[in-house]
Amino acid sequence: MKKETARTLRAFAIELAIYALFVVAYFFLVLNLLGEWLDRLEISHRYTYAGLAILLIMGQAVLLESLTTFLIRLFRGRSE
Amino acid sequence: MFFPISGAHISPIYLVIVGFIIGILGGFFGVGGSFIAGPALRLVGVDWNFAVGTDLAHIVGKSAVAVRRHRALGNVDLKLGLVMALGTIAGAEAGAQLIQMLKRAGNVNLVVSIVSIVVYFGISVFMIWESQKTLRSRKGGSQRGLVKGAKSKMDYSAFSPVTRAIQRLQIWPMIALPASGIRAISLWIILLVAFVGGLFSGFLGGGAGYIRMPSMVYVLGVPTHLAVGTDLFEIIISASYGTFSHAIKGNVDILIALVMNTGAAVGAQIGAISTQYFTGPKIRLAFVPLPLIGAAIVIYTLFTGHKL
Repeated sequence: MKKETARTLRAFAIELAIYALFVVAYFFLVLNLLGEWLDRLEISHRYTYAGLAILLIMGQAVLLESLTTFLIRLFRGRSE
Repeated sequence: MFFPISGAHISPIYLVIVGFIIGILGGFFGVGGSFIAGPALRLVGVDWNFAVGTDLAHIVGKSAVAVRRHRALGNVDLKLGLVMALGTIAGAEAGAQLIQMLKRAGNVNLVVSIVSIVVYFGISVFMIWESQKTLRSRKGGSQRGLVKGAKSKMDYSAFSPVTRAIQRLQIWPMIALPASGIRAISLWIILLVAFVGGLFSGFLGGGAGYIRMPSMVYVLGVPTHLAVGTDLFEIIISASYGTFSHAIKGNVDILIALVMNTGAAVGAQIGAISTQYFTGPKIRLAFVPLPLIGAAIVIYTLFTGHKL
């Protein structure tokens, strides 16, 4: 039982570390580039910005959920 | 990290951690978590209007992650969620109008604060009583008080005689909710429950999941696991509407919400998966502190004049 718990925790830690790497890269590559453009859009085209804001947050949510599910399958599969 | 839309300097690590905590709570209890997100954003200097709008955008993303997970676990009643979204949006608009009326009459803060404190304490006291009574009766081996729920998500409640009486009210049109195990219930009762939740959402801001989730269990008779998942689905629709409305008024910094969502994506899945290890009454008992936190925030605001 203890062995199983340790294995699960180790797999979870690896998943989190890889996830963190993806997220840091995402911060620098995507959000930094998007920042100024979104700022200008928010000032000049409010309705477009409002629609895009919902699309972005939903799109990111689906993407991240898929990424974490993939990582879980990858590492849980290997640890079992 | 600088966020040009709101003009705030905030550590992304802080935002990720806040998102993670709210994600766990949201995934487990089916609430938006605005009672944490709003104050957490205010704490690092985000303006009040941006804190409210950005929090709603973040709730959309976090709920989307949690719903995908809950749906895979069979915890989402799409039909019920869509009907409730209509009532919630109407209620939120009515709540906002009511606030305006109270503002004109004066004493808006006092009236809203007292009403919300009474409601929050009422929910907590009722849920402690009900969940403990249900847990005790189950230990005694009694099968009475069974809520008619989906077969795989059977739930027990000491309040179920009242719930069944509500389900028997024949107010046309009646609709069936097979995913929740409800053979027939009046559409108006569902809309009323959603409307009241929306009303409090309009009154106090946020999603008011701490009112809607218990109402779904005790009034509509939805099993707790399904109430959590369905409430989150309903939150996606109503919070999207709120996000759009706030964004066109210039109250949403989507970049902050996107960063928070990276933490919430992990937290929401942990929360959603954790529901599988707890029975309905235990989830309801663990839910009790949430309305109390809401009440504490209102009391703090009332006595200090600082809006958290």
